[in-house]
Amino acid sequence: MAGTAVRGRLTWQTATVDSVIDETPTVRTLVLGVPDWGGHQAGQHLDIRLTGDDGYQAERSYSIAAAPGEPVAITVERLDDGEVSPYLTEDVQAGDELEVRGPIGGYFVWDPARPDGDVPLLLLAGGSGVVPLRSILRHRSQVGSSVPTRLLYSARNWDEVIYRSEFASPAPGVEVIYTLTRQQPAGWTGYARRVDQAMITEVAWPVAQIPMAQIPMAQMPVAYVCGPTNFVEAVAADLVALGYPPQRVKTERFGATGTP
Amino acid sequence: MKPLEDDVLDGNAIGGKLIELFGIEMTTAVGTCGVCGNAGQVAEMAVYLMQMGTVVRCRVCDNVLMVFVEVRGVTCVDLQGLASLS
Repeated sequence: MAGTAVRGRLTWQTATVDSVIDETPTVRTLVLGVPDWGGHQAGQHLDIRLTGDDGYQAERSYSIAAAPGEPVAITVERLDDGEVSPYLTEDVQAGDELEVRGPIGGYFVWDPARPDGDVPLLLLAGGSGVVPLRSILRHRSQVGSSVPTRLLYSARNWDEVIYRSEFASPAPGVEVIYTLTRQQPAGWTGYARRVDQAMITEVAWPVAQIPMAQIPMAQMPVAYVCGPTNFVEAVAADLVALGYPPQRVKTERFGATGTP
Repeated sequence: MKPLEDDVLDGNAIGGKLIELFGIEMTTAVGTCGVCGNAGQVAEMAVYLMQMGTVVRCRVCDNVLMVFVEVRGVTCVDLQGLASLS
């Protein structure tokens, strides 16, 4: 297996944890020093491989939280029954080494240089699905893009919102809309339920009144949906029901974990 | 040793494995189902990670499109469910 066609820089290499940032009680960002990192695009991920003393190996994929050019960072949510996440969120310290492989992914990428990087942008996050979308938002700021952008971020409660202070001061043209599905702080006037068709209709960039015949596909808004599988399936279906062409809805499923 | 979770993911989850096997980025490759003819990007296919290996299914008809099984350090790849992959 090791000898199969692996090209370019996608080989396992040893990274050093430069620093850790506790984002919430169960979520930690690891900033990594990766010696042969060739750069990445907003939305991509990397693979981590851990090897136990008995030789047992576990591999996991984590979305890159940093924008292109920033120090490589991943944000990991601790899963109660996880094999890898408890180690990454509780045990790993600065100076520790990890095997990483990346960057990976050409589909769930936002690239301002492409035509679909110059249209209204709709980002929909379920829990830790916000990580690659945060990379996209940071990249949008980096390049000075002015595309109208909305992030709809679904989380269980306010304490579990990742990157809170960053989202409190969004860049011009960016709106961050929260829905807190289980608990809300006193005085909360925002959404307080799971994302549904009505919420999507209120938040999504409208497409229904744009006659399909007049607006070329390349100018229609694009949506990025990321989070637990159930969240992604429901939200993607709602967007299509609203009139979004399936080709304008990009999805990345994280499995059944951490459901908001 | 815990079994691998068998939640339904998508082709993004096997991006690294596909580069390892095919030598190039594959999540944007378009696969056509040999049973129902549905054409879609690998990133949008239904992916099941299981202890015995990885199964990729058509979202429309559930037909098995790809199977990856590791046997003694060698990955066996079965693409018979696909009519085409480009």
